[in-house]
Amino acid sequence: MMFEDLRDLYQEVILDRGRHPRNGSRLAAFDVRAKGDNPMCGDRVEVFVAWDDAGKVAKVGFEARGCAISVASADLMADSVAGLSAAEVRDLAGYFATLARKGSADDIPARFAAAIEGLRALAGVHEYPSRVKCATLPWHALVAALDGAGEASSERD
Amino acid sequence: MNSITRPDSLDVAGIRSAFPILAQSVRGKPLVFLDSAASAQKPRVVIDALCRAMETQYANVHRGLHWMSERTTEAYEETRDAVAGLLNAADRHEIIFTRNSTEAINLVAHSYGRGLLKAGDAVVISEMEHHSNIVPWQMLRDDHGVELRVIPVSDVGELDLDAFDACLADGRVRLVAVTHMSNVLGTYTPAGEIVTRAHAAGALVLLDGSQAIVHRRVDVQTIGCDFYVFTGHKLYGPTGIGVLWGRRGLLERMPPFLGGGDMISSVTMERSTWAEVPHKFEAGTPAILEAIGLKAAIGFVEDVGYEAIGRHEQALTQHALARLDEIEGLHIIGAAPDRGGVISFVMDGAHAHDVATLLDRQGIAVRAGHHCAEPLMQRFGIDSTARASFGVYTSLEEVDVLADTLARVREFFK
Ligand SMILES: Cc1ncc(COP(=O)(O)O)c(C=O)c1O
Repeated sequence: MMFEDLRDLYQEVILDRGRHPRNGSRLAAFDVRAKGDNPMCGDRVEVFVAWDDAGKVAKVGFEARGCAISVASADLMADSVAGLSAAEVRDLAGYFATLARKGSADDIPARFAAAIEGLRALAGVHEYPSRVKCATLPWHALVAALDGAGEASSERD
Repeated sequence: MNSITRPDSLDVAGIRSAFPILAQSVRGKPLVFLDSAASAQKPRVVIDALCRAMETQYANVHRGLHWMSERTTEAYEETRDAVAGLLNAADRHEIIFTRNSTEAINLVAHSYGRGLLKAGDAVVISEMEHHSNIVPWQMLRDDHGVELRVIPVSDVGELDLDAFDACLADGRVRLVAVTHMSNVLGTYTPAGEIVTRAHAAGALVLLDGSQAIVHRRVDVQTIGCDFYVFTGHKLYGPTGIGVLWGRRGLLERMPPFLGGGDMISSVTMERSTWAEVPHKFEAGTPAILEAIGLKAAIGFVEDVGYEAIGRHEQALTQHALARLDEIEGLHIIGAAPDRGGVISFVMDGAHAHDVATLLDRQGIAVRAGHHCAEPLMQRFGIDSTARASFGVYTSLEEVDVLADTLARVREFFK
């Protein structure tokens, strides 16, 4: 079958989330937001974060124009960070970046085990260097939102 | 043109054998290189010309009194003659070497724009320009108070010439800077018509020939334009060498762009005087080897011949348009009748990057993205396209491989 080897990259969950993201809309009420921009290819994402009373992520929503990888990554990211503190989100972003670049990430603390499981579908991107930025762009935007930066660029990679 | 296309009036197999890289396989598949509009592959004669110059005669130009420098200066200056011949320039002094098209356009925006235009003058560009023919004019507008006007693009992907007339109507336009062929839509612009209208309104014309010159003979005297720019690496030549052609009288009135060695006539601590054109615009050690390579590239193109190149390209383009049009869910952007071998498309359910990644796994190289033409993307309400572009070495079989594979890509994302 042509493209069989691409199933590592385009797993069913990626195709599905890329087409029908569950979190792919602007939140009606949010606390912080930031845009992410990949000037090389034109991928754009805007991430919205609402905090709960305990200062943890209540919900993340996003609006994206981009490829299946970037949209699916944003969608899975939104699922994975619910209930985390800002510091934990930053840590998880670091583990995810390693996963995307290297295909695996070691020594992930147990508290992130579930979150990382949900993100593992994106590990296949590491074999496609030009696509790693597609997967990490929403995370750059999310971290920029937490930092109050408003904007992120994948060029930081 | 008659209805029976003769695709193989060009000896494609012979031409392919002149490009060593085409024998490569990529990911275990024969390379199908359909990204020539971004940069073309290099024929053996260009590769050899660079090596031979380094092995036998390399030295700086216009400086040494020794044999090596004289030979190298001669070779460098021969490229100026070759370019003058290629463009049918009236005078070899009208050929200025730059790094690429981008630098050539910036040279005009600085020297002509800042030197000879005044606040309140207007410059016209179009919606189908490459960023390199947009940004320098925006910079000129912002620092110099020149107004920037834009010719819109129609749904089929042509310049709207009525709107162009409206841009010219108040007589304030001094320069029209437009592409001669779109790097996204493949549309050729009606250069002669643009020149006639612009000149009637008292405006000069700069044509960005980065794409056009790869596919069509360009005669700057017949077209009647005032500046023409192109970039060597798309014309099967090396990177780092581009050309600005301008009318001599105009170049002589323009102040220099960069200052330094080679562009002066004399320098004292009080003041300097400028060299004659073209040297006035060639400050510093130029791209010597790249210029020598460009001459070999021009020789290669002239040997194949623009007629054969044009026929081959039309056969490929018509075949590709027909084959791609059969693919359900694939939409070609632009449908201008006068178009060449650059085809942009989008696919339902698949972003251009996803399409390009799948094609790449089959050894097929296309470009995906905004192609440095974001305003044109906005015009068509899209954020990116995939683009297949053809060179002299592209075969009909490769177009078939592309079309067959795209049909499978569509299935994958359905
Ligand atoms: C129409 C057009 N203009 C200008 C350029 C810029 O060429 P360069 O990057 O070599 O300056 C390109 C190619 O990238 C182009 O296609």
